[in-house]
Amino acid sequence: MQAFAIDALNGISYGLLLFMLSAGLTLIFSMLGVLNFAHASFYMLGAYLGVTLAGTLGFGWALVLAPLLAAVAGAAFERALLRRVRPGGSLNALLLTFGAAAVMGELVKLAWGLQPLSARVPAVLDGPLFLLGGAAFSRYRAFAMGVSVAMLGVLWVALRVSQTGLIVRAALTHAKAVEALGHDVPRVQTLVFALGTALAALAGAVAAPLFVVEPAMAESVGSIVFVVVVTGGLGSLAGAFVASLVLGCLQSFAIASDASLGALAAHCGLALPPAWRALTLAQTAPLLPYLLLVAILAVRPRGLFGQLTDDA
Amino acid sequence: MTVRIRRWRESSPWLAPVVTFIALFVALFVLPPLVSALASPDGVPQGWLLACLAQAATMVVFALSYNLLLGETGLLSFGHAAPAGLGALLAAQMFNRHAIALPLLPLVGGLGGAAFGVLTALVAARRAGTAFAMITLGLGELVAAAAWALPDWFGGEAGVGIDRGSGPAWGHWTFGPDGEAYCVIAAWCVVAGVAIFALSRMPLVRLANAVRDHPVRAAALGIAPARTRAAMIVWSAAFAGVAGTLALINVEMAAAESVGMSRSAAVLIATVTGGAGSFFGPVLGALVWVAFSVGVASVSRAWMLYVGLFFIAVVLAAPDGLAGVAARQRAWVVRHGWRPAVRVGAAGALACLFGALAFVLAVQWAYAARLRDSNPDAWLATLTPRDAWQLCGALVVLAAAAMLFAQRARRLKRSFDAEETER
Repeated sequence: MQAFAIDALNGISYGLLLFMLSAGLTLIFSMLGVLNFAHASFYMLGAYLGVTLAGTLGFGWALVLAPLLAAVAGAAFERALLRRVRPGGSLNALLLTFGAAAVMGELVKLAWGLQPLSARVPAVLDGPLFLLGGAAFSRYRAFAMGVSVAMLGVLWVALRVSQTGLIVRAALTHAKAVEALGHDVPRVQTLVFALGTALAALAGAVAAPLFVVEPAMAESVGSIVFVVVVTGGLGSLAGAFVASLVLGCLQSFAIASDASLGALAAHCGLALPPAWRALTLAQTAPLLPYLLLVAILAVRPRGLFGQLTDDA
Repeated sequence: MTVRIRRWRESSPWLAPVVTFIALFVALFVLPPLVSALASPDGVPQGWLLACLAQAATMVVFALSYNLLLGETGLLSFGHAAPAGLGALLAAQMFNRHAIALPLLPLVGGLGGAAFGVLTALVAARRAGTAFAMITLGLGELVAAAAWALPDWFGGEAGVGIDRGSGPAWGHWTFGPDGEAYCVIAAWCVVAGVAIFALSRMPLVRLANAVRDHPVRAAALGIAPARTRAAMIVWSAAFAGVAGTLALINVEMAAAESVGMSRSAAVLIATVTGGAGSFFGPVLGALVWVAFSVGVASVSRAWMLYVGLFFIAVVLAAPDGLAGVAARQRAWVVRHGWRPAVRVGAAGALACLFGALAFVLAVQWAYAARLRDSNPDAWLATLTPRDAWQLCGALVVLAAAAMLFAQRARRLKRSFDAEETER
């Protein structure tokens, strides 16, 4: 039971980090109609910047400056490149961000080298926060959860209460009408893109001590985040939230469990080929997000909370 | 003479592209090995040349199969390596267990690819655009992750190997030597190319074009978009399986990497840079990709950066790819004649040359400086301050020259266009 609670907490903290990423991605998608393939690259940029800045200026400054720098990079990318290809259709924009992801991966390798970096956790956040029957919940994971929740709360309040938030929400659905009222919609779009990349970079800076900081991290996280947004329904924040938490918990339970597929199948009264029977659930953990995606889409092509668009 | 050629092209719109394809094939894949065989003392073509050409022929088929999705149906797939790799895996397992002649193996691979295509179509055919792209990404990652999780099927790190010469022989041909295997690959390249061209003139692909351009209108006309997409997904996956098996014949191994994301990215980059809008675009793109991944990669560690930036440049400046650029240039030459075209082209080519030279020097310098510790003997790795300043100066001069020539080309082109409108 205690182990279950710790796994659930770990899963939720991972899920919240995923939601920080997928929230930015979803906001950018609904605002610009572009699925930003380079989103995970901004996450990686945030992680690398976070590690470097934490080494020179300290961890607190890294958490502030890494997202700001990434936001500047994101805004520059949107203004200089993305704006030019968007009239050519959403697939062209997707292709551009795909190329940008490849180039950013190479540039990160050039700037920081191929070796994985080790991120140090500040002394205050090191060690276990509490013990539940022998299983520990680390202080840093709690901190990551706190940062995610606080950031998302601030974002929600800003979107709901402030004047800019009002314009952003209106421009999400009625861009033409908002423009006719005299607001600069392209600037709002740049702002949203920068905000999304800043969220991704913050997630990267927070996640750096939890995961390995290496050039391949963008790919491994990127495809999971895309699974999240498609499973939740493209353009739906609520869907992204539910899918993030489900995926986070699913992964964390699968990794922690020691059951084998054969035992599980025998429990359900199924027989599996020998190649499958020996697999433990933990070994299949990397497969689970994609299996979930396929299962949900087979039943519900629009995703959990998505709307059917004209391309469906 | 020209009149007769034009009349021939108009009377049979099928024949001209097929003849062009076969002529291109002979020039690229038949003549170089023959010349190499004649030039070498023992009458056998160079091994590296055959390996390169086999890789190029495989990539041509792979890119053509991808274009059935991207160009003809408007579906962007991030998981096209999955049907290719699974087809190759099935072919390798069948070849090791049953006596299948090597030339028939791509058929097995094609069937395997098509089977995976049916599965993909079940999940993804109802969506298009961004959602389809993300679903294929998920499926591709699923297969890639499964390849590592199931070492019994995929052979784990080592992959599933075959011995080309172990199958039944056809007469004297055992298909073990490189040259005989290359003949199989080249023959399948031309067969698959012609088959894809024939398919692209069938009613099904016309329906797919309608679904690509306007799914709602197509549905109103009684064409089921999902069913049309499903058929195209299956065809494309089948030819991808053929391409995967050709790669298997070339390297005698189906590895877990062959279903991975990097292979999917390769075919996507090749098709888009070549141009998804025309039949020859993917062929061109595949050749450019092989030139990058074999030629540039052997001399520079920065080759992925070059590929990425080239890709971005194509998406920004010419979304219809190199084939689209070529078509536009040809139309311009037809309108203005040769002489202006040569003047504009010379200025533009010089601008590209100087710009590329400056850029490559800068990137190589950056990589050499960065990797100085691991490889101090590399070109540009250790420069005296004086040399560094001279290199900086050269970079500035080259960049300035590139800008001047680009401006001149643009101005010349504008003046010719203005002349044309005055007339």
